[in-house]
Amino acid sequence: MTTVRPEKRVNRIGLDSKEYRGSKTTLCAGCGHNSISERIIEACYEMGINPDRVIKLSGIGCSSKSPAYFLGSAHGFNAVHGRMPSVGTGALLANRHLIALGVSGDGDTGAIGIGQFVHLMRRNLPIVYIIEDNGCYGLTKGQFSPTADRGSKLKTGVVNDLPPIDTCALAIELGATFVARSFSGDKKQLSAVIKAALSHRGTAMIDVLSPCVTFNDHEGSTKSYAYAKDHDGPLEEISFVPFFEDIEVEYEEGTTQEVVMHDGSKLYLKKLEADYNALDKLQAIRVLHETKDRGEYATGIIYVQPDEDDFLTLLNIVDEPLAKLPESVVRPPKAVLETIMDDLR
Amino acid sequence: MAVSDVAVQETSSITHSQRLVNDFSIRVATVNGSGSQTANLVLLRSIFQTGVPVSGKNVFPSNIAGLPTWFTIRANKDGYIAAKQRVDLMVAMNSETAREDVLSLEAGATVVYDAPLQLSSLRDDLVFYPVPFDTLVADVCRDAKLRRLVRNMIYDGVLANLLQIEMCEMKVALEKQLGRKPKAVILNEGALDVGFQYAADNLVKRDQLVVEKMDGTQGLVLIEGNAAAAIGAMMAGVTVVTWYPITPSSSLCETLIDYLKKYRIEKETGKATFAVVQAEDEIAALGMAIGAGWSGARSMTSTSGPGISLMSEFAGLAYYAEIPAVIFDVQRVGPSTGLPTRTAQGDVLTTAFLSHGDTRHLLLFPASVEECYTMAMEAFDLAERLQTPVFVMSDLDLGMNTWMSRPFDYPSKPIDRGKVVDSETLERIGKFGRYRDVDGDGIPYRTIPGDDMPAFFCRGSGHNEWAQYSERPDDYQKNVDRLARKFETARKWVPAPVVEINRKASIGIIAYGSTHWAIIESRDQLSAEADLQTSYYRVCAYPFRTDLASFIERHERVYVVEQNRDAQMLSLMKLDLPAELIGRLRSVLHYTGNSIDARTVSNDILVQEGCTVEKADTDFERTRRNVGVGGE
Repeated sequence: MTTVRPEKRVNRIGLDSKEYRGSKTTLCAGCGHNSISERIIEACYEMGINPDRVIKLSGIGCSSKSPAYFLGSAHGFNAVHGRMPSVGTGALLANRHLIALGVSGDGDTGAIGIGQFVHLMRRNLPIVYIIEDNGCYGLTKGQFSPTADRGSKLKTGVVNDLPPIDTCALAIELGATFVARSFSGDKKQLSAVIKAALSHRGTAMIDVLSPCVTFNDHEGSTKSYAYAKDHDGPLEEISFVPFFEDIEVEYEEGTTQEVVMHDGSKLYLKKLEADYNALDKLQAIRVLHETKDRGEYATGIIYVQPDEDDFLTLLNIVDEPLAKLPESVVRPPKAVLETIMDDLR
Repeated sequence: MAVSDVAVQETSSITHSQRLVNDFSIRVATVNGSGSQTANLVLLRSIFQTGVPVSGKNVFPSNIAGLPTWFTIRANKDGYIAAKQRVDLMVAMNSETAREDVLSLEAGATVVYDAPLQLSSLRDDLVFYPVPFDTLVADVCRDAKLRRLVRNMIYDGVLANLLQIEMCEMKVALEKQLGRKPKAVILNEGALDVGFQYAADNLVKRDQLVVEKMDGTQGLVLIEGNAAAAIGAMMAGVTVVTWYPITPSSSLCETLIDYLKKYRIEKETGKATFAVVQAEDEIAALGMAIGAGWSGARSMTSTSGPGISLMSEFAGLAYYAEIPAVIFDVQRVGPSTGLPTRTAQGDVLTTAFLSHGDTRHLLLFPASVEECYTMAMEAFDLAERLQTPVFVMSDLDLGMNTWMSRPFDYPSKPIDRGKVVDSETLERIGKFGRYRDVDGDGIPYRTIPGDDMPAFFCRGSGHNEWAQYSERPDDYQKNVDRLARKFETARKWVPAPVVEINRKASIGIIAYGSTHWAIIESRDQLSAEADLQTSYYRVCAYPFRTDLASFIERHERVYVVEQNRDAQMLSLMKLDLPAELIGRLRSVLHYTGNSIDARTVSNDILVQEGCTVEKADTDFERTRRNVGVGGE
């Protein structure tokens, strides 16, 4: 009798999907953040991302714990509260060939980290920046964060009187070149968005509604599973075709927008909202305002500009990682010091 | 002005017959933003070129234009280049401060002043030289807008004549200052000539001050500490520079950018072998430096006190997660905004323990521009060898003022990047654990993202030696104890103190940083005036070397001289020293915002030693006395 061993499934760089897993999550059962980790694992596996080239970065909070739960063989950096963007910036300056995956939360981004968030967006640093947005501080037991909607209620009955910060509208305004919103419960959309983000050269900001099952999943919350499901308004149906796959997507003229990403991957955005154009900045901001006024979340790729120079390109640095340059390159010869000294005489 | 005015003023002032050669100080009082810096540096440089040891100290306001500024040049044949209290020649160009400037002078001093200010009636114990600057500048500069800038060069011409500085030296110095602007050179040369000629035709020399050629500056260079540190950083092979502008540190990164653009662009590709980012604040500046350090770059930032305060949290992260970074702290007067354009050594304690929790940082204390250069290089090696942030504690006096120095030596040692794991190392150490103390020196091995070596999760939260998240009491304690062990290793590696033991001395002096220059002179004063012999221990780094205790033990009393109110270095020493030695320490403190001078140090020590001294005559007290309490 012969047994046929099932062929081990591997991705295009020959890695098993297990290679993309991390350590066991310590977040609450049912936490939206865990679904996001799953989608990251899935997207990186399917894209054939080499984990050795990835750096996972985060700030502080529940969201920021999650990089430990995916891509276990990648380097990770759990920085200080709200300041992950600067650490990520430095890391990429040192080695421009790293693939940076940042995970933040709504407090980490919208409150303590709003300053660094703002400057990250305007620099267009090549990083995938995911906000796991549950509208509250989980790790300190459920206080409001700045993305909590007006009128939203805490478990304790406290009502939020202040307007929320819309991180997507803000990111677009600041110059981010890839801005998306998704819902941790929408596997298909979130997976496509993350894959597209990984193909983008520049800052890819993804705000993911990710209900906090412990502190913000009750009636009266606008970040609960039930609310998000009912008010999720996808702008497009997203098909992502990575550059290494030879698939032609057939679509009816005028119904679908094709966007070619930096690495040659293609994004097909089938319009669900009338004539939505993800390349149109003003329309993007208008739609964000209109949907918010209706109490809805516009999801999908809200804005994309694949051709803008990223920060590292603007700096005109050598191709080899700065961290790897040998002494002969980084220490000028004796003659240089002598010239400088002569000038000072 | 009428000729008769001059005559009247002359009779009201005194005349000296003796000559005072190459030993005096000149203070120029101007309004900032008036181009006086060029005139002052030309004056300084021309004296330097004449071979006379010289130093320049700029006391300027935190302002762009319109507020008073004073530039003090000290020429000293014996090579003393610390600040000096006595002003021998005042150039009074600023109507706002002229009265006080003149009243604060000691008897016998000389005043060159803008004639309309009519200062000579204020005192009868000074030598006055009125100069009609506005009339003179109108002759050399037709463009009324430029006059304001050229006007100051006239006093250089006047002083060249009075002090007998060769005009050719002045012109060489001018060319050096304005070399790339030929039109400006011609215009300013005209101003120099007019000033010189006016003095020759109208002023009869009645002061003693003379500059005479000597050979005290042969082969030396003139440079500011910030520029020296910038050269050091470039030679250290810095690749990532992240910074946020702040006085008095901005010129460090700005000079560095200039040098990097000149000497660190790859010829074939035109691309930079460095990255410079002006961050959104000091928090981000250090965050970027840390990110870059973690990712394997030689990274740095430069700041001053307020930036240090902001960097506190990240500094703790870098200490605990063990990430190299170099931070230059060009200290200014605090707390808070303090006096942003005045000097101090007030960040010592804050920086040594910067962050919450048990944290200790390496501090280097350059005392000279040359050490700004060498310690910049050492800082990068130490940061990587010890995998920790290293602070180079300069100050405004050192960083922004112009100093003489012997030219800098090319580094003799190769760059040392510390314990970075490659496949060979991995084989030797066996299983990689980011925070394992393999060698017993407290320093673990590290891997770098993108190197294809085992990865680890870097974090500021509790971790065990495998870099795993841990809240276990034994993991925590083991880890911070190792960090303490690492600090002991650092103690052996940091720059050694410079010690001068005088076998006849029963008292010792400890100082650090820019205070050094006042100490050199003060020790000579103490010896000459009171036959008080001293030994000298100059601290170059924290942690202190172990010989600190033996130095104190050798002496009955040890004076720790520093530029802050709270005796910060002395306090830091108390933590290290055995109780019986602490009682030997005394403090000499100077914290006016001005650079420390030898007289202050000497008088303080003399008083504490029970010697009688003439009442310390500080600028402050003299002005109070002459102007009257509360001024006008």
